[in-house]
Amino acid sequence: MSSILEGFSQALTLILHLDAELLGIILLSIKVSGGALLIATLTGLPLGALLGLKKFPLGGFFVTILNTFMGLPPVVVGLFIYLLLSRSGPLGFMSLLYTPVAMIVAQSVLAFPIVAAISHSAIAGVDPILRQTAVTLGATPVQVSLAVIREARYGIMSGVMAAFGRVMAEVGAILIVGGNIAGYTRVMTTTIALETDKGNFELALALGIILLSISLMINTALYMIQRRGMVRTNR
Amino acid sequence: MIRRFTLLAALAAIVLSGVVVSTGLSASAASEIICSSTTSTENSGLFGYILPIFENKTRIKVKVVARGTGAAIEMGKRGDADVAFVHAKEQELKAVEEGYFVNRHDVMYNAFVIIGPSEDPARITGMKSAVEAFKKIAASSIFISRGDKSGTNTKELAIWEKVGIVPKGQKWYLEVGQGMEKTQRIADEKRAYTLTDMGTWLMTKDKDKLAMMIVLEGDPALFNQYGVMAVNPSKYPQVKYKEATEFIDWLISKEGQQAIASFKDSNGNLPFIPNAK
Repeated sequence: MSSILEGFSQALTLILHLDAELLGIILLSIKVSGGALLIATLTGLPLGALLGLKKFPLGGFFVTILNTFMGLPPVVVGLFIYLLLSRSGPLGFMSLLYTPVAMIVAQSVLAFPIVAAISHSAIAGVDPILRQTAVTLGATPVQVSLAVIREARYGIMSGVMAAFGRVMAEVGAILIVGGNIAGYTRVMTTTIALETDKGNFELALALGIILLSISLMINTALYMIQRRGMVRTNR
Repeated sequence: MIRRFTLLAALAAIVLSGVVVSTGLSASAASEIICSSTTSTENSGLFGYILPIFENKTRIKVKVVARGTGAAIEMGKRGDADVAFVHAKEQELKAVEEGYFVNRHDVMYNAFVIIGPSEDPARITGMKSAVEAFKKIAASSIFISRGDKSGTNTKELAIWEKVGIVPKGQKWYLEVGQGMEKTQRIADEKRAYTLTDMGTWLMTKDKDKLAMMIVLEGDPALFNQYGVMAVNPSKYPQVKYKEATEFIDWLISKEGQQAIASFKDSNGNLPFIPNAK
């Protein structure tokens, strides 16, 4: 119990005396996870929309695959990316292993199915009347699609937020492909794992509290934007 | 339309920083090498002490990836490191012989010790031979093994071989697959014995409040040699062999050896003794 209290007080101290090293670690966490989320959204949202808007043979099969991949074990993804990027692997010539770029790639793979699958279910769940109305009003197919996507935007946003939560909390994949190199590929979660290994439980817990606080701030900001949007829609 | 922009703005708010990444982080300076090493060296703080000295002198940045010795050698074998700094001499020499590494040198040493519960249920204290101690632990207590092909694990298995017991799968033998410090804590919780390196033990026994003690030390069989070697550039032309060699040369130079000798861990102990030839 004393360790837990100590963890909280150490978290406060760390936040008050934010040193350059910790700041670098926090920023890298946000950059890596943010970068991965950007890539996952730019690729996952169009795929989810395509599957939600058009009927394909095997469409249901793809959706099932996406749903399964939402549960991809991070260590397996890490290992797979590691083998791809290793100097003795097919993409070894790019020298990307143990760089932040490799970490972004691994987390993109983890975030992509979440964004795609949740976008798909949000878009597929839009009331069909909306489409019919749009068509009756003379909308082009592109306009109809955009209208449906706009209607589904809060569901899509939930997907993006879920993916963000997944990658910010993830440690297995980035540890393997990033190597947890001090000052270069060390992020919040890998630091927490390392400090736990070293027996610095209070410091590890303090870092965990800071990580949660950052997620809380980002989610609060998103929620406020979302709520403002809803108020405007209902008016 | 405005609403869609709000949504886009929301997305941008989370991911904006991600854009910065692609521009800023991928650029890497020419003189950087990756050193695969072990948790015991990294966690002792040795690299944090000696690397800045080397970096100041040569402008070569050494990036350390800490794994167990087995994994660290494997990293080099795949060409994913430029230099390996590990502690399992037989494994190292074998990898050199197989052509994966070149230019191997002894760098420093310390000792392995057997630790056990302070009440020493298997009565090991006073014994001189690690082999005999292992035999007794097997007969009357529990042994915690790293079980991760690390240098410590390699040493431990070599001792079991001398004992003539195959410990794997035995009820009294627990393979935990964790780093040294965690393994010590598990031994403490389980009131069991384990093999550890002096550096980790000195650094952590007070901090982790271990109710453990050294039950056997000083057996020459428990010598813990650290070595360094460069990944063979004829296997992997992309490795930074020149910089790796510079690092190795510095480690075994008078200056590098002195740096290692003067390194103190956070408790003021001197965990490593240089012995490059």
